[in-house]
Amino acid sequence: MGRTLAEKVWDDHVVRRAEGEPDLLFIDLHLLHEVTSPQAFDGLRLAGRKVRRTDLTIATEDHNTPTLDIDKPIADPVSRVQLETLRANCAEFGVRLHSLGDVEQGVVHVVGPQLGLTQPGTTVVCGDSHTSTHGAFGALAFGIGTSQVEHVLATQTLPMARPKTMAITVEGELPEGVTAKDLILAVIARIGTGGGQGYVLEYRGSAVRALSMEARMTVCNMSIEAGARAGMIAPDETTFAYLQGRDHAPTGEEWDAAVAYWKTLATDEDAVFDAEVFIDASELTPFVTWGTNPGQGAPLGANVPDPASFEDPQERIAAENALTYMGLTAGSPLREVKVDAVFVGSCTNGRIEDLRAAAAVVEGRRIADGVRMLVVPGSVRVALQAIEEGLDKVFTAAGAEWRHAGCSMCLGMNPDQLAPGERCASTSNRNFEGRQGKGGRTHLVSPQVAAATAVLGHLASPADLSDAPQLVEA
Amino acid sequence: MEKFTSHTGRAVPLRRSNVDTDQIIPAHWLKKVTRNGFEDGLFEAWRKDESFVLNRPERQGATVLIAGPEFGTGSSREHAVWALQNYGFKAVISSRFADIFRGNSLKNGLLTVILPQETVERLWAVVEADPQAEVTVDLEAREVRAEGLNAPFELDENVRWRLLNGLDDISITLAQEADIAAYEAARPAFKPTTTPVG
Repeated sequence: MGRTLAEKVWDDHVVRRAEGEPDLLFIDLHLLHEVTSPQAFDGLRLAGRKVRRTDLTIATEDHNTPTLDIDKPIADPVSRVQLETLRANCAEFGVRLHSLGDVEQGVVHVVGPQLGLTQPGTTVVCGDSHTSTHGAFGALAFGIGTSQVEHVLATQTLPMARPKTMAITVEGELPEGVTAKDLILAVIARIGTGGGQGYVLEYRGSAVRALSMEARMTVCNMSIEAGARAGMIAPDETTFAYLQGRDHAPTGEEWDAAVAYWKTLATDEDAVFDAEVFIDASELTPFVTWGTNPGQGAPLGANVPDPASFEDPQERIAAENALTYMGLTAGSPLREVKVDAVFVGSCTNGRIEDLRAAAAVVEGRRIADGVRMLVVPGSVRVALQAIEEGLDKVFTAAGAEWRHAGCSMCLGMNPDQLAPGERCASTSNRNFEGRQGKGGRTHLVSPQVAAATAVLGHLASPADLSDAPQLVEA
Repeated sequence: MEKFTSHTGRAVPLRRSNVDTDQIIPAHWLKKVTRNGFEDGLFEAWRKDESFVLNRPERQGATVLIAGPEFGTGSSREHAVWALQNYGFKAVISSRFADIFRGNSLKNGLLTVILPQETVERLWAVVEADPQAEVTVDLEAREVRAEGLNAPFELDENVRWRLLNGLDDISITLAQEADIAAYEAARPAFKPTTTPVG
């Protein structure tokens, strides 16, 4: 019987397999950041262990970093200690680090792909649940906890139970104005926040094939929001074209050998998935979340749902709690929900295509009175590219704030936070209570919807702007 | 890792689904560089509400958390496990756990037990009717026991063995170093390294 993409990559990384034990998997790339690594390095020190493969390990600073005044000492002393701890650990153990102010600094999941380190058929781990992003290249990439970070540092392997596989097949063409973000939000609403538990998802079908590399990253990024540790897309010409010429991509004969291998990875025609989900791309529309978990989403044109409409008692209670927290009334149109803030950025939507898409919507317009819009590029490279294209000027001319690279308001670890009760349309990945700041209220949206919302002051798509411009694909 | 064989204690019923790790330990606590001192951050936002179940006098000293489905979704932060342990919890019972949280818990000796939702509902009823009611989570017998209730649970045999013996994963893997070295020697040359280019 044939094998799936995930099974092929898994099998190629088994260091040891024994009856009654988890497989021991080799890890090709280990990404580190300041938040989930200090206790792991401490563990190494206590046991007198080294980092086994510093040449397969790389660190960046992202979660804590400020997006203003980055040339000044970090104001928050606790954040500063955490960043200094990463710097000391990387120096002591010999790990390559891109610190604040470095041209390669940025959100770890933006940095890996842009350096060409994320490649098809590799295993990638990071102490961050959005490591699933790298699956867009046909890598098996998943988030791990700090104990596992220590394990990978010490051994370059992880004992793992073999996951099941689920196909998410999206056929047809996405309608104009419908993006990768809308697609993945619709997938999560369909299968639920636990639907992917125990599975590796594989996104397939003509609508997925048609996505750009960056859009594929947006899709795979939010696999974890559907409960799946990893989401993958088979590598193809789009993947190869993105990789060729990047710093760490193979060259010459090695490039040819790599591509030949990468072409063998696609799921065999006779492979069988443990579960399958089918989605008709033509039925998708701009999607927004109304609740406090990423599965609580609906088309932008819908109304806030009535909790009584949920049959499952747990879902009903969750919806009641969510509407209370979000300050929303059942039955009111989502389009009428007014926002105080708009955030464009994160490992989900902080790449250049996302910034172009948002800029195209605000270009020549002003954001609504009383709305604060933050644009935070995913990396310094993305920021430099945007500046070269004049996107920073487009945003600032519209009244938005152009910031330095980092995780920023996605998780509110740095000073970029919502005030209690403030409502935000955000291109990030989590609408949990307090995620963007204590008491803050988050609606997850695409960059296009974020930008249109900033202009109109309420949840909106570019089509709602009277003289809607030509949409840019993202 | 601390051994886990069997634990008996009073319980906290948490009637909420989709309790994400941002609720278990908010992001601002993640700036700490230690594995301890997270107890005050546990469910920090909800604990501001006096009526929150964890704040009730009769729940003080409880060591078993009985939660709704999809417990531990979201961020991979192991700090969520540390916060539960620092507070005093020894075991968490739910009908569904998020994968990363579950893996983290079992690596730290916090036993996460999966029981059918109807059994969770019965446990809630028992501990709500009598806050002094004790719940036993027995890993050796692989069952949860409470007044009028005896529920078997499943756990991977290898994981159970590691927990019962308090074994350290890294030591086990390092004993297989020859296998790792053999694998490394056979890796294709085109695989990327992080060594700076140019």
